[in-house]
Amino acid sequence: MTKIKSLADLKKMKADLQSKIALREKSENPEGRVQVKVAMATCGIASGAKEVMEFLVEELEKRNIDAIVTQTGCMGYCYAEPTIEVTLPNQEPVVFGYVDKKKADDIIEKYIKTGELLEGIIPVNYEKID
Amino acid sequence: MKDLSLHILDIVQNSIRANARNVGISIAEQAGAGILVIEVSDDGSGMPQEVLERVTDPFYTSRTTRKVGLGIPLFKQNAEATGGSLHIRSVIGEGTTLRATFSLDHIDRPPLGDMAGVVVILVSANPEIRFIYRHKVEEEEFVFDTAEITEILGEVPVNDPQVMRFLKEMINENLAALRAPTI
Repeated sequence: MTKIKSLADLKKMKADLQSKIALREKSENPEGRVQVKVAMATCGIASGAKEVMEFLVEELEKRNIDAIVTQTGCMGYCYAEPTIEVTLPNQEPVVFGYVDKKKADDIIEKYIKTGELLEGIIPVNYEKID
Repeated sequence: MKDLSLHILDIVQNSIRANARNVGISIAEQAGAGILVIEVSDDGSGMPQEVLERVTDPFYTSRTTRKVGLGIPLFKQNAEATGGSLHIRSVIGEGTTLRATFSLDHIDRPPLGDMAGVVVILVSANPEIRFIYRHKVEEEEFVFDTAEITEILGEVPVNDPQVMRFLKEMINENLAALRAPTI
């Protein structure tokens, strides 16, 4: 029978992780990190926000982009879910709508890597009609 | 929602918004009794009676960004579609416990889904909250407590992708072991 991963294995991993993190702290300042927030209220989750978040976490690491991916609530753009908010260092946050894995891939390659804007941005001056 | 794990991801957002420090997620699969019980409990702000009476109303929400609140109503509807039920207990200043019971073998019961992925997302996005996830299959139980994880990790953040991957694998392997026939 194969052995099941346990907390003891996590302990073994820690030394390796520590050196990786020390290296990252030395090379970059925290303000230099890309921040990504995935909207995860009922509307976002029902539209596939979980897959998008998992994709972003994995791919940003694979592509060596120092980023932090977190979750946020509903911004009122339920029609455009999944939505994500991307904040590049020293820039205003930009909200993208209708994000699936393909769109997330585009956002990484174009907006995050080169700053090029792409379709699907929800303008900040957009206001809902009451 | 495609599966129950997504409902849990959604319901826990309520606990986060209620400023909970501790969140418990318990799942019990009881083939003998033919039921599946999901419980989410928190030590958040709790709700007054008049709010509690309205939370299952899809046109009630505490949000201002939209006018509907479908998280709890959808979960309730799903539970009731299998002959089950959803109950909430809440005490102001103490917290809230939501309990949904599903008929385990009912054709309308959604699959459990990717619990490992959901737990890891919750833990990594809310490192300041202690999550205790208990999963019981008959009498076998797996307990995942983020307090143990953060104690081991020390200054290593729990939302490091490598840690997230490890935790997901660890949960998946333990859940598989719960279901494996014991020899």
